[in-house]
Amino acid sequence: MTDTITNEKAAKAKEAEKTNGTSSKEQKPEELSRLVIRFAGDSGDGMQLTGTQFTSTSAFMGNDLATFPDFPAEIRAPAGTVHGVSAFQVQISDHDITTPGEDPSVLVAMNPAALQSELHRIPKGGTLIVNEDTFDERNLEKAGFTKNPLEDSTLDDFTVFKVPMTSLTKEVCKDKGVKPRDAERSKNFFALGLISWLYSRSIDSTLEWIEKQFAGKEMIINANTAAFKAGHAFGETAEMFDARYDVPSAKLPPGTYTNITGNTALSWGLLAASEKSKLPLFLGSYPITPASDILHELSSKKHFGVKTLQAEDEIAAICAALGASYGGHIGVTTTSGPGVALKAETTGLATSLELPLVIVDVQRGGPSTGLPTKTEATDLLLAYFGRHGESPLPIVAPYSPSDCFLIAFEAVRIALKYRTPTILLSDAYLANGSEPWLLPEASDLPDINIEFATDYNHEHEDGRKDFWPYIRDPETLARDWAVPGTHGLMHRIGGLEKEDKSGNISYDPHNHEAMTHIRADKIEGIAKDIPGIWVNTAEGDIGGTQFISNAAKSQEREVSKEKHYNSDHPRLLVLGWGSTWGAISSAVRKVRREGVAIDYAHLTHLCPFPADLGEILSRYDEIIIPEVNMGQLAFLIRAKYLINVRSISKVQAQPYVASELKQIFMDAVAGKLPDDEIINVNPNLSNRSFS
Amino acid sequence: MSENETQETIEATSKEVEELAEKIPASSNGATNGKTTKEDWTSDQIVRWCPGCGDYSILTAMQLALPELNTRPEKTVFISGIGCAARFPYYMETYGIHGIHGRAPAIATGLAIARPDLDIWVIGGDGDMLSIGGNHLIHALRRNVKIKILLFNNQIYGLTKGQYSPTSEVGKITKSTPLGSLDEPFNPISIALGAQASFVARTHDMNRAHMQKTFKQAFEHEGGAFVEIYQNCNVFNDGIFDGVLKKDRREEMLIQLEDGKPITFGANGERGVAMTNQGKLEVVDAAGNEDRLLIHEAGRHNPTLAFALSQIARGPFEPTPVGIFRQVRREEYSDGIQKQLDYAQKSKGEGKLEELFNSRSTWEVK
Repeated sequence: MTDTITNEKAAKAKEAEKTNGTSSKEQKPEELSRLVIRFAGDSGDGMQLTGTQFTSTSAFMGNDLATFPDFPAEIRAPAGTVHGVSAFQVQISDHDITTPGEDPSVLVAMNPAALQSELHRIPKGGTLIVNEDTFDERNLEKAGFTKNPLEDSTLDDFTVFKVPMTSLTKEVCKDKGVKPRDAERSKNFFALGLISWLYSRSIDSTLEWIEKQFAGKEMIINANTAAFKAGHAFGETAEMFDARYDVPSAKLPPGTYTNITGNTALSWGLLAASEKSKLPLFLGSYPITPASDILHELSSKKHFGVKTLQAEDEIAAICAALGASYGGHIGVTTTSGPGVALKAETTGLATSLELPLVIVDVQRGGPSTGLPTKTEATDLLLAYFGRHGESPLPIVAPYSPSDCFLIAFEAVRIALKYRTPTILLSDAYLANGSEPWLLPEASDLPDINIEFATDYNHEHEDGRKDFWPYIRDPETLARDWAVPGTHGLMHRIGGLEKEDKSGNISYDPHNHEAMTHIRADKIEGIAKDIPGIWVNTAEGDIGGTQFISNAAKSQEREVSKEKHYNSDHPRLLVLGWGSTWGAISSAVRKVRREGVAIDYAHLTHLCPFPADLGEILSRYDEIIIPEVNMGQLAFLIRAKYLINVRSISKVQAQPYVASELKQIFMDAVAGKLPDDEIINVNPNLSNRSFS
Repeated sequence: MSENETQETIEATSKEVEELAEKIPASSNGATNGKTTKEDWTSDQIVRWCPGCGDYSILTAMQLALPELNTRPEKTVFISGIGCAARFPYYMETYGIHGIHGRAPAIATGLAIARPDLDIWVIGGDGDMLSIGGNHLIHALRRNVKIKILLFNNQIYGLTKGQYSPTSEVGKITKSTPLGSLDEPFNPISIALGAQASFVARTHDMNRAHMQKTFKQAFEHEGGAFVEIYQNCNVFNDGIFDGVLKKDRREEMLIQLEDGKPITFGANGERGVAMTNQGKLEVVDAAGNEDRLLIHEAGRHNPTLAFALSQIARGPFEPTPVGIFRQVRREEYSDGIQKQLDYAQKSKGEGKLEELFNSRSTWEVK
């Protein structure tokens, strides 16, 4: 169906705006259980803002949601080209969801380029709302259309609403004192108003938000408010939309929620760890996409006593963090893959000095500059092996945006307790994506008790007392930590190999071997201090941990491990890590709905692995590991446990969508997976086999 | 710094540091709080520089200077990178980090921001600080972080056995430059001035008293300090500074910079530094040029004259200034950070997690 807007209808919309958006027509919205909507426009069109505000309103209305901002690396690519298209996808739902969805049912396209680049994502029968004003010859050409798709049969399979958003926005802004050129910039608010009407979103929260966001800029407030109300009124009066829709609230566990992105949750986790360890937080960072928002967030939290340094380079950033750690602070550095590469030598120094340090890697597409704004999980092996010498360190990875909070807290706990650099692997998808987060009680968070050395720990034969920096706690193997300023405990540490206990420089071959083993044993020993693997079965969770548990969201029950494995349990296990959780969970549910039982385990601790991982893996005939890389976890599992696993790969710098994984899982159950070392989800790419 | 000022500085340290200090109780045994001696600053490690190395006299000068300063071994940290000079921290009975190549100023920056109560010294050579670590050096200086940077300049790579360094003269024949080096050398004083360092001085390993005095001046300067020390490498670059440092050459080749006085040198002050009407500095006979002699003022905020002075010798074969080139007041970096923290706490109140969690729009699910 296509509909054309007449001037008469436009005039009606204007009329409705004047009456302050009051309803002129009663229409009961149809209920939807979920909605996936994709906003797309030029980088300068404000699509991230529009999407974010739609999300906030939906969150406020009690929907469960997940978002996926998808934007280009260029700040402003040439206007009107597909390179400059910035998109924001959100799924809102009346039940708990784990992904921003696939196959958006609605696309808002602000220009031809947005339509060109995003149309392939919309299944036939989907709804397209396009800004008709931009479909002129020049823009069509820039977007690579030879003919106007609004006028030929290109869009026959879709429901298309052509709305002259630019001219209507200009029209309503006429008497708001803004110049027509500036007025045009409010057109995203027109779109937001229209969508808000169509999906029965509350308008008050957006109006309040506009007031707050643009405080002090009266003209902009007026223009945006007018455009938003006009869009809303347009929906009501233009008679072009047959029905409007409502997505009722989701049944989430009771409590107070906020909508949070991974980078914000991660920043807050660090602040919480600082408070719970009673140690000040120090962040050394160099701006890099997609990690910079952590630097921004913590820089705005100086009232928590956090000190931030925007360093001259990645190396200085980690060195400063290490220096702060030496002084008794929680030293943190945040970066993405290229920065991790630059920080390798200092990470090795921290391993040798045995000082706490948290290194946050918000992964993005690589190698080299790669795809800076796009997601990938290709730094796992870098985190494992990216230093010279034997230099093991703990690695943790959050599974969802809100989980970044607990995992950041956990990274600090491990780093402090074991005096070790610790790598946290987030990614662009988690960093920018958001979901509702059930606010924790600050008092429920555990204390992190760290004791500095305050007295001598060694007596020489002649009775002289001394502080030896490499005397260890026999349980954790963490060394005694005396911070500068402590009377009498002066000592020197360095990157040269140290004699066991005394910390003096030592070139003794057997000492070096012993120290290498001690450092490795210390990291391996952390397995005793982390939860066992979390396994999700059709009946419920085994070993749900504070870090990962479906129970938190869906209130699934726990099942006994013994009972599960002593019964006729599924022979197929899907094993995941990081941000694949959302897509895998969703795909596993889809498979189970078809009556096929498979189990699913997800790792938040990558090094060391949970102590029971090997035993759990041995319970299955087939293990499938989907990753947004070429099989890095699969490589580690094969190497460590000497078992074969099926590695599923996607390297499109895009997250998995549930349907492609569902197909893989169904094929696996049916024994139809190809016998390749790496199985690619992209059917156009031949799978790789080395046999 | 007077004792009163020191007291004020101690009182002004952040609440955070005080809280941290509560976690660091004073030990019941160990050195008393009285005056320290050289022995109190000397660790039990065997010093392993080559016999005859200039580093020995620098170490001694430091161990003699520190007892005279208003500080304590437990408050003092030496941080170094890699190179011969970088072994320095092991020999000091203080806190210390022997870090990685070039990064000492960056490590020290983090420590200085975290712990403004500490006295931090950074030790490195010309390769460490001007080649691999050049970026960190200039940024630490421009930020005016309260760290005292000592650059041991011997114009050669010693630890890696004799390659040319960023301060080696053009044409240097080494194993890596058998036909002579092509690179124009850095002038460390000029670099420090260009990086807007608030304290810039030069001293040399042949004059312990001058080193002690310079270290004291650097210590008492309120912000970051940069000291270049001419240091002889008797194995790979022996005598490279003989042109100005040999006992019989010093009087006529070293220009002692004294604040507020006309710049003269020579046994009887018979030579001096004057400015041409083109604004260039030149060495002149003092007699007959009394009116033209440049008056040295380290406190000039504009670094132009200090820079010109740093450029007056093209190398250690022409009359070379030693002493303080520049000393100006600028806000120290960790002070600035602390002020922002204080401001944020004053305007927003002390951060609380509950408030943080509820700081964005929230909704209730019942």
